[in-house]
Amino acid sequence: MSKLPITEADLQAYVDAELPEARCGEVDEYLAAHPEEYERVRAYQTQKQALKALFRPVLDEPLPERLQALASPPSPVAVDPQKRPFLAHWSLHRIAAGLLVALVSGVAGWLGHAQYQASDKQAQLMPLPRQAAVAHVVFSPDVRRPVEVSADQEDQLVAWLSKRLGTPVRPPKLAAIGYELIGGRLLPGNSGPVAQFMYHDASGQRLTLYVTTENAANRDTGFRFAKEGPVNVFYWIDGKFGYALSAGIDKSELARVATAVYDQLEHK
Amino acid sequence: MDSAAILAEIPRLRRYARAMLGDRAAADDLVQDTLERAWARCALWRAGSDLGAWLFSIMHNLRVDQLRRPAMSTHSLDEDDFEVPTRATQTDRLEVRDLESALRQLPDEQREVLLLVALEDLGYAEIASTLGIPVGTVMSRLARGRERLRLLMDGRPPGANLRVVR
Repeated sequence: MSKLPITEADLQAYVDAELPEARCGEVDEYLAAHPEEYERVRAYQTQKQALKALFRPVLDEPLPERLQALASPPSPVAVDPQKRPFLAHWSLHRIAAGLLVALVSGVAGWLGHAQYQASDKQAQLMPLPRQAAVAHVVFSPDVRRPVEVSADQEDQLVAWLSKRLGTPVRPPKLAAIGYELIGGRLLPGNSGPVAQFMYHDASGQRLTLYVTTENAANRDTGFRFAKEGPVNVFYWIDGKFGYALSAGIDKSELARVATAVYDQLEHK
Repeated sequence: MDSAAILAEIPRLRRYARAMLGDRAAADDLVQDTLERAWARCALWRAGSDLGAWLFSIMHNLRVDQLRRPAMSTHSLDEDDFEVPTRATQTDRLEVRDLESALRQLPDEQREVLLLVALEDLGYAEIASTLGIPVGTVMSRLARGRERLRLLMDGRPPGANLRVVR
């Protein structure tokens, strides 16, 4: 036998049965001669079994739906510029630009008071999905002036919002999945300007994408879903950007749109 | 990547995330982020290599990224039902809590190695490549983690400023 001195690494590997057999025998001898070390190794083995037993039940828990769904690729909705049947069609339905003079904070405050006061202790710092939902509720029902700058001035809209937010922002193109850009507007966020883009589908169903750049301190997230009254919101954070997609449509349809938006923002 | 293969890995990812973070919702969020990142980068996965190890390394890197930033309190409306633990006896439950709370008191990098060894039965070399650290570092973290956990479980706090676990 080589009789190298037994090291701490040997003992650890012994616990995990990672030692070659010959070396195992040497450790056995060593432990027989050192009762304290023997006890310590025994304790490590027990510890390992206890940890296994403690978390074993997690393996048998039913998988949450959102995780199960991710066993398949998160369906990237093809945004093929060749297929834009709705574009030509629904341009007619674009609503003309106009300046909406609205007491945004007043209305938001009223909504906040009516619906959210009890649950929100930090009323002045609204979480992203709530901000977005309030903005959606305030502007999307507006028939005549839903946006500040309409989609037929998209270049101006992009330039303006990019300038005000201090970073390039651009509305994703959702025509391929049936949503036409109406336009966009600038809104007050928690600490500065945020952008809202509004879309509608063939039936006039409106959908807003809320874009903030106030998330410098926040971590990235995957898709999150929140429900604010009648409004469903998908939101996610990507670096300093926070995105929230709001609409009064059902969750799966909204998820489809959110996937398309995410996809475009990822591959911009 | 093959959906069936991914599906088979999810329970293990959840278990590890739960053991690492303690909190069920946070753990599932981490698994979700891991899977999303994996799909976004599936081109980087070499077919035939160990899918589980690859997913664990993605999860590790995500955690490192997230630890670098202050936590954000997102409010996610989770539709999962809350499950009631079904451990057998009162004593059992006390012991479980003991081990869990002792585990919480380990430094992150020790807990990580300890759990990969204990739960995943990964070899030291595999753990080293998963975490992107030398094998020697794996060994020393494992040794320190085990010893610390042992002392905590014995009611002997390894450091003066650690709470005694009862």
